[in-house]
Amino acid sequence: MALTIHALSIGALKDIDLIVQPGEIVCLSGESGSGKSRFLRAIADLEPHEGEVHLGKTNRCDFPAHEWRKRVMLVPAESQWWADAVKDHFCKPMPQALASLGFGEGAMDWSVARLSSGEKQRLAAARALSCGPEALLLDEPTANLDDENTEQFERWISEEIARTAMPVIWVAHDEAQMKRVGNRHFRIKGDHLEPVT
Amino acid sequence: MNVIDLAWWELAIAASMVVALAITSTLARLNVGKPILIAAARTVIQLSLIGLVLEALFAVGSFHWVALMATVMLLVAGREVMARQKHRLTGGWAFGIGTVSMFISGFTVTILTLTVVIGPDPWYTPQYAIPLLGMLLGNTMTGVALSLDRLTEAVWRQRAVIENRLMLGQSWQDAIGDFRREAMRSGMMPMINSMAAAGIVSLPGMMTGQILGGSPPSVAVKYQILVMFTITVGSGFGAIVAVSAGSRRLFDERERLRIDRLSSARA
Repeated sequence: MALTIHALSIGALKDIDLIVQPGEIVCLSGESGSGKSRFLRAIADLEPHEGEVHLGKTNRCDFPAHEWRKRVMLVPAESQWWADAVKDHFCKPMPQALASLGFGEGAMDWSVARLSSGEKQRLAAARALSCGPEALLLDEPTANLDDENTEQFERWISEEIARTAMPVIWVAHDEAQMKRVGNRHFRIKGDHLEPVT
Repeated sequence: MNVIDLAWWELAIAASMVVALAITSTLARLNVGKPILIAAARTVIQLSLIGLVLEALFAVGSFHWVALMATVMLLVAGREVMARQKHRLTGGWAFGIGTVSMFISGFTVTILTLTVVIGPDPWYTPQYAIPLLGMLLGNTMTGVALSLDRLTEAVWRQRAVIENRLMLGQSWQDAIGDFRREAMRSGMMPMINSMAAAGIVSLPGMMTGQILGGSPPSVAVKYQILVMFTITVGSGFGAIVAVSAGSRRLFDERERLRIDRLSSARA
C-alpha cells in the first residue's frame, strides 16, 4: 500500500505533498534543525500539525491513533528501553532478524542495561518490525553503527522492505548510503522538499 | 474528668520556648529563625480565627453555613495541591483536577461517614461535620498532591520513553501505565504507613487531643480507627481519580503526549 502525504505543514515545512509507493525507499536529508524528525513525527501523528496522510485508500483519521502508529511505524534516532529484558520490548520473537543483524542466540534475554548505543539502534529496528508495520519511517537508523554493521543493516532492511512491500521514508545524511538504498532522494530546503538527482 | 482550660499566659510560656528555639537557630546560623517565628505567629492567628469561626458556626448550625465553610476549605486545599506541583497542568487544569478529585472522594466519604456511621442529628451538625471534613481534606490533599506531582514529574522526565511506546503502536493507557500506577501508589503510601505504625510508633494527634479533652481512651480509639479508615479511603480514591484525570489530560484526542500542557519547572 502506498503512503500518501497531502498538504502537510509542521514547523518550517509548508504544504508538503509526497507519495511513497509500496516497497519504495524515499530518502530525506537536510541540515540539522531543518525539521526532518518533526516531519516523520507528523506523519506518525505524534505532534499537532496540518495536513492529511493516507495508507493505501484509508485516511489516517479513520484509524484510532495507536492503530495508525502500529501500521505507520516511526523508528526514532534514539530508542528508549523501559523494561529489564530485551524481549519484553518485542511484539514477537525475531530470531531471523537478530541473526541477520549479527546477534547471537540469547540476545533476547539480555538486560537492556548492557546494550551499547549501536546494539540499541539495531534492536530498535528489529523491535519495530516485530510489531508488523505496513509502512516505515526511519530516522537516521545507522547513526550509531560502524561500516560493517551499517552494511549488514542495509542488507537486512532492504530485503525486509522488498519482501513486505512497505513504503519507507528514510532520513539520512550520508550521500553514499542514500545512493545505495534509496529509490528517490529529497532534501529539505526552507519550507519545501527539493528532489535530488 | 473535667477539662483543664488553658489560660493565655500559660500558652505564652510555650511561646517563649519557641522564641528560645528561634534565637538558638539564629545563633547557629541555620537561617530558620525568622521562618520559625513567622510560622508560629501564623499558627496563633489562623487557629484563633478558626476558633472564632467554629464557635459562631456551632452556635448557628445551619446547613448553608456548614456548606459554605466546607466549600472554602475545599478551594484552599485545591490551591495547595496546585502549589505543591513542580510541573503542573496549565490552563487551570491543575487546580480543577485536584479540587474535583478531592471533592469526589473527600465529600463522599465524609457524608457517608456522617449519615451511615456516626449519625448525628441533623447529619450536618458542625461539631462532627467540620472536624471530620478537615482531617479528611488535609490528608486527601497530601495524597492527591503527592500523586499528581509524581505523575507530572515522571512524564516530564520520561517523555521520550512514553513517546517511543506510542511509536510502537501502544495505546496511551499502555504507554503511561507504569507511571500512572506508580503515581497512584505513591499517593496511598503515607496512609498505609501511618495505619501500620498507628499506636506503636505514634499516638495519632486526634486521639491524643480527644484524650486530653477528657474522652475515655476506648471511645477515642474507636474514633481514631474510624478517622484513619476514612482518611485512607478518601486519599486513596482521591489519588486514583486525580491521576486518572491528570494522565488523560496529558494526551489529546489523537493519543499524542502533550507535554506542552505542563508548565516548566519554577525556580
